[in-house]
Amino acid sequence: MYDVAVIGGGVIGCSIARELSRFQLRIVILEKYEEVSFGTTKTNSGIIHAGHHDSIETLKGRLVVKGNALYDKLSKELDFAFRRIGELVVARTEDELPELFRLKKQGDEKGVPGLELWDKERLRVEEPNLSSSLAGALLSPSAGVVNPYELANALSENAVDNGVDLKVNSEVESISIESSHLTVHTSSETVKARFVINCAGVFADKIAGMVGLHDFTIHPRKGEEYMLDKRLKGLVRRLIFPVPTKQSKGILIIPTFDGTIMVGPTARNTEDRFDVSTTYEGSSEVFSSVEKICPSIKPRDTITEFAGLRAVSSTNDFIIGQTRVKGFINVAGIQSPGLTCAPAIAIYVRDILKNEGLKLTRKKDFKPRVRGPERFASLSEEQQKRLIEKNSLFAKIVCRCELVTEAEIHSSIDHGARTLDGIKFRSRAGMGRCQGSFCEPRCMDILSKRLDKPFENITKRGGDSWIVRKMDNN
Amino acid sequence: MLERNRKKYGVVVVGGGPAGMGAALGARDYGEDRVLILDREPEAGGILNQCIHSGFGIHYFKEELTGPEYAERFFEKVIDSDVDVLTGSYVSGVSIDSNGTKRVRIMNEKLGLMTVEARAVVLAMGCRERTRGAIRIPGTRPSGILTAGLAQKFVNLKGYLPGKRIAILGSGDIGLIMARRLTIEGCHVEGVFELMPYSNGLTRNVVQCLDDFNIPLHLSTTVAFIHGRDRLEKVTVAPVNNDLKPDMTKAWDVACDTLLMSIGLIPENELTQNLGINLDVVTGGPWVSSTMETSMPGMFACGNVLHVHDLVDFVTQEALLAGRFAGEWAQGIRRPKDSIQLVPGENVRYCVPHTLSPEREHTIYLRCKQAMKPCKIRIGNLIEKKLKFVFPAEMIMFKIKPDLLDRFHGETLRIDILPLEKGEEYD
Repeated sequence: MYDVAVIGGGVIGCSIARELSRFQLRIVILEKYEEVSFGTTKTNSGIIHAGHHDSIETLKGRLVVKGNALYDKLSKELDFAFRRIGELVVARTEDELPELFRLKKQGDEKGVPGLELWDKERLRVEEPNLSSSLAGALLSPSAGVVNPYELANALSENAVDNGVDLKVNSEVESISIESSHLTVHTSSETVKARFVINCAGVFADKIAGMVGLHDFTIHPRKGEEYMLDKRLKGLVRRLIFPVPTKQSKGILIIPTFDGTIMVGPTARNTEDRFDVSTTYEGSSEVFSSVEKICPSIKPRDTITEFAGLRAVSSTNDFIIGQTRVKGFINVAGIQSPGLTCAPAIAIYVRDILKNEGLKLTRKKDFKPRVRGPERFASLSEEQQKRLIEKNSLFAKIVCRCELVTEAEIHSSIDHGARTLDGIKFRSRAGMGRCQGSFCEPRCMDILSKRLDKPFENITKRGGDSWIVRKMDNN
Repeated sequence: MLERNRKKYGVVVVGGGPAGMGAALGARDYGEDRVLILDREPEAGGILNQCIHSGFGIHYFKEELTGPEYAERFFEKVIDSDVDVLTGSYVSGVSIDSNGTKRVRIMNEKLGLMTVEARAVVLAMGCRERTRGAIRIPGTRPSGILTAGLAQKFVNLKGYLPGKRIAILGSGDIGLIMARRLTIEGCHVEGVFELMPYSNGLTRNVVQCLDDFNIPLHLSTTVAFIHGRDRLEKVTVAPVNNDLKPDMTKAWDVACDTLLMSIGLIPENELTQNLGINLDVVTGGPWVSSTMETSMPGMFACGNVLHVHDLVDFVTQEALLAGRFAGEWAQGIRRPKDSIQLVPGENVRYCVPHTLSPEREHTIYLRCKQAMKPCKIRIGNLIEKKLKFVFPAEMIMFKIKPDLLDRFHGETLRIDILPLEKGEEYD
């Protein structure tokens, strides 16, 4: 019997599991894919919002500033990519300036630190590659960027180090309510737990439905993102937002942690919970919007694109709390700024569990730290030399676009990678301009050897995502 | 193979494919005895190693060889000529001292991070294939979408199939070759879909790889949507309008588990760009003089890193020349600067090299923008030559004798491809 079963190994489920792993509890994460973060998390824009966008009237608006502030300590402990690069909301015309004033007021009242209004001259000096027609901007220095998949991997790894069971390829099929606990039936086994935490993202309403709760529905809202060639690195220094609309925070220019610029996301409702397709409409919407703010960004700069689904709830806010079903806790409708809120949500859920009668006794031997990836490419020559002296595989390049070494591929596997995407998200191998055309067979060879799996059983991201078939004659 | 204590070379060649091997031999032939080839792969030979089909060497050796055979012949010469070869070596950068000495930074599993000195460097890194992301095909992101070259590697070097039901986007030569190769291996190739109204591969490949195997080539057609959650399930293809945008009212679905991309090659010039060498925006390769020297003194370039070739024979020819001049440079020979600039004119997409000198005979490589037949090629007021046809997929090559240039007085020489005038006929 587990004390807590977390359904969903996205950034929310992993954050909660990691927070709870500080205590003497038996915890399990049930993830339907081959690795954590393979749902909505891996497609997240990776922005740690300052917090002025969302009203204090909403739960998401109340958790966001707190969540943002927790990232400094979290990133030190878990060694994931995080940098406070600051954010600018830019007004395209004089007419949009009042909205900047309103956002500043809203942010100041919520305690968002350091907000500053910039006139067009200041903006020109600070971000010379933005359109000269912009009318002004609101700076929020506390906004930052993370690699969301890296964050989820670090959280789950640390949770596992602290005794949490992670069960992948475990899709929840039904839940039965017993007198003293809940029984969760997955595709491969049965798990009993006193508390079940529903972090199932775009499927959270389906999971709630399994215990007879139908009080909310999830309406996926698709976001398409376009990654640009790293030759554009440095084009903008901060996150660039347009003035927001009711639907979304708009199409953004995102200088990711690794320097690659990403533009997006779109915001379109879809009924299909697996619809992660990109579209002609999405691409033209993204680039026509971005070109108005930063004219030198062109569609031909794209190296790859992807889409993700925001789990928008029927209340348009987070739905976090206990339910009529004893032991069943919802953490649903976690749309933007869910990533920013994740560490605050974890604490919020911890307190709910405490109120619900879960005894929280701190472990004496809790290990708060994990070691992040080496990031060989970003090191100085001296640091590179030192690594190579320790391990000669640091001198063997596997991915030449992103300068990823064989040592880092091995390290990715040591840290839990089981698929090509798992390696990519941990090491960046295959993320560059050739999109894996050169390194894929090498990564497959290494995975095959390390996992003792035939070459043809290596997949892109688990399930039926096979890469090659055996020839009939071999 | 590397004399480990040697750290100083006359010529260092980056890349051990046909261009790199040709350049090394070119330098040796002109008396430079300290030549080093660096290659990031475990073996030299470059992309030839996975091209097991024949058709290589028709011009250079006057016989048909397979890719590995062609590579082997050169590799033997390289070894016989006492060229040092260091494989498994990634060049992470080149820096240049104030006296012109180049320091090439190498990463090698056995040797760690090391630097070799060179008087001259030849860039011969080849090219890479364009991917799905570069053309933003809408749809999902299942497995089963890969470049034709990667599929070739899986089949020919690793002994695996990329899938069983294949669609091919783009009619580049590797895509055509793979259409035939996979058919022979028992796969079903549904068709080749080409955005342009003409094939992007050589005519001989269209005939030998598609026509002979009854594989349909759909011109002016593209893949407009990709379907499938984990693995590719089907693609939607559609004819394109004059603006090259798909006409979805005429679209149809093609069930397949694999989509090969053969949509063009890009010279791999990251190292070149980091050095600040001037690039030609059309070729994607460095700007070069008639000695194959880039805008940076003592840095030379040849092969697909310079511009994408159709045939390895021409790569070899260009590389021998680049190697020869790099060898001269290493021995301190300095030629006068080229005095004539070559400029692409009517219906000429690019020409290489970018400048000429009246002191020597030159081979000029160029490509047209649009197919034209019959037509004539005009080089300034010096030469006019009638051609049966020109075709973007087939490189045009011709020689200019020095005596012609001798008489030429002018700073620029313009090349045009023009339709025949009334009364002119191709004979």
